[in-house]
Amino acid sequence: MNIIVNTLNQTLVFAIPLLIVALGGMFSERSGVINIALEGIMIGGAFVGVFFIYLMETNGVAMNPQLLLVLALLIAGLFGALFSLLHAFAAINLKADQTISGTAINMLAPGLGLFLAKLIFNGNSSVPFENLFRIHEIPVLSQIPFIGPILFKGVYITTYLGIAILIISAIFLYKTKSGLRLRACGENPQAADAAGINVYKYRYIGVLLSGFLGGMGGLIYIIPISSVFNSDVGGYGFLALAILIFGNWQPYRIAAASLFFGIMKTLAYTYTTIPVLISLGLPSVVYKLIPYIATLILLAFTSKNSAAPKASGIPYDKSKR
Amino acid sequence: MKNKESTKNLLASLIAIIIGLLIGFVIILIANPSQALKAMGILMSGGFYKGLRSTGQVLYSAIPIMMTGLSVAFAFKCGNFNIGTTGQYTVGGFVALLLSNTLYGSVPDSVLWIICLVAAGLAGALWAFIPGLLKAYRNVNIVISGIMFNYIGMLLVIEGVKAFIYDAAGARSEVSAISLPKFGLDKIFRGSDVNGGIIIAIALCVLAYIILNKTTFGYELKACGYNPDASKYAGMSEKKIVIISMLIAGFFSGIGGGLVYIAGTGRAFTTAEVLLPEGFNGIPVALLGMNSPLGCILAALFVSYINVGGNYMQACNIPVEIIDVISAVIIYFSSFALMIKLYLERYHKTKSNQIKNEKGGQE
Repeated sequence: MNIIVNTLNQTLVFAIPLLIVALGGMFSERSGVINIALEGIMIGGAFVGVFFIYLMETNGVAMNPQLLLVLALLIAGLFGALFSLLHAFAAINLKADQTISGTAINMLAPGLGLFLAKLIFNGNSSVPFENLFRIHEIPVLSQIPFIGPILFKGVYITTYLGIAILIISAIFLYKTKSGLRLRACGENPQAADAAGINVYKYRYIGVLLSGFLGGMGGLIYIIPISSVFNSDVGGYGFLALAILIFGNWQPYRIAAASLFFGIMKTLAYTYTTIPVLISLGLPSVVYKLIPYIATLILLAFTSKNSAAPKASGIPYDKSKR
Repeated sequence: MKNKESTKNLLASLIAIIIGLLIGFVIILIANPSQALKAMGILMSGGFYKGLRSTGQVLYSAIPIMMTGLSVAFAFKCGNFNIGTTGQYTVGGFVALLLSNTLYGSVPDSVLWIICLVAAGLAGALWAFIPGLLKAYRNVNIVISGIMFNYIGMLLVIEGVKAFIYDAAGARSEVSAISLPKFGLDKIFRGSDVNGGIIIAIALCVLAYIILNKTTFGYELKACGYNPDASKYAGMSEKKIVIISMLIAGFFSGIGGGLVYIAGTGRAFTTAEVLLPEGFNGIPVALLGMNSPLGCILAALFVSYINVGGNYMQACNIPVEIIDVISAVIIYFSSFALMIKLYLERYHKTKSNQIKNEKGGQE
């Protein structure tokens, strides 16, 4: 029992950033813009967020760590949105090839991050920060059997934030007028335009949301696993893209896919503590490989009737009907 | 008409490069105003900064990105974005290194390097084959399968290194027992790491050009890239074309890995779980080369040139990462190529219209 609890608790560390970034990607793609730049946006957001935390901590600003984290998350998200404007402008206004401008952002972010860090820290490329954000235990709630130790012991507020974002995203996408319009722009922008919807505006909203969530996700990714930021998010942006497709562009399926990836990633590191898995005698690389291979197998069976937004990746040109 | 098109492409690329360098200069100016001009001078003269030695270094570091760039460009011609170059490059490099060190001594060196390279290419091709297959028969998004295969390749290579060619003292893989022939290049570019790999890489780019432009298969491949439905209607087997184009693209990436890891310059695999950057760095080369094989030669040399310059520039306290920033800006603006081209066309049209009108007036 204890093992399951620990594994699930650990899973959240991996799954929550993936979930948030993949949801960001979902908004962008459902509005009709492929956002391959998620990796770069994560790096940009994480850099600004971590740097903000560093400044606050070194200048001795006394602040509740949770408040500091929330502020840093907001700043990371806002910067991510700002950063994604580059992609939005190229993809929407200039009708550029979306993989190209995305690739450019993926290159720009780590380059600029390392460049700035080296200038600021005299040649050292990493931004240090102190992790004061782990919540040891939430009284009362942590006493709930099973769920308590998973969700309310040794957690970060980002876990609750992730769950909240998931629910809000689903409601926004399926239950509001704006969500419907956003989806229409990704499926059939010509029809949406004819119905009086401003396609450019909704595509901007989609990309900006992906930037906001991507930037936030970058900071959420780095905080539990390190005490320095080296302008690298370990390919999580690309993984989020895979999860988005694995999750068939739907919020709850994306959540399930992130949990699956999170559990597998956790098992790869902790399987030696789980008797059942030790007795199987598999090397750790098998657990590391499972999420990737499982994704491929799943996609091989589901891609024939994939629910990809039909106009995703195609620039909208008013003159072409 | 075709000539005009390529001039426009070149012009669009040049405009992007100039904008990239300008923005890079502005950033350097802000970072270190007193030495900005000197730093920029070093960057621009990078490939000749220390004479032929620097030029040799440019040629040497162009090898991997030329091959991965060619791989991306080739797949792009068929409409596929081969983001899996990193995985193909990694398995290619690993297979070449493994063969070179296990067969060393039992096969003459003069044959062994060819065996290693061919095996590297085949390994890369295999790594691209499965995503191609999944795309053709199961409609799996090739970007995602490519990303998955990058990680699978990286993880398997780490296991392979640990099992077969691990150098416990250095906590990394062994280095290659053989080295590539130098074809006399080391005599010209003394003191640099340049080797025959660059000649092989350029030859493969030319080969790709011939495949694409002078063969029926190349024609079908491009047709399939422009409009898969139309080419299917015209009787081409679009499934076969997708798979073969990915096979060839993977072959190029794989050879790129082989060329680097058996070059005899001491390259080794670490056991850190990170994807190698050389694969991703092929994407900008392909984009800058406008997805043409010959363009990839120039683009790889250019990117390598400013990288070498960037390394020397560190003497002025400018971090070398400025090169990534400049490349990124160049790529960003080259994504506007369409807009720039349209603008050039409009400019051209108004000009020729004016001439027409003037003529009309005379009549």
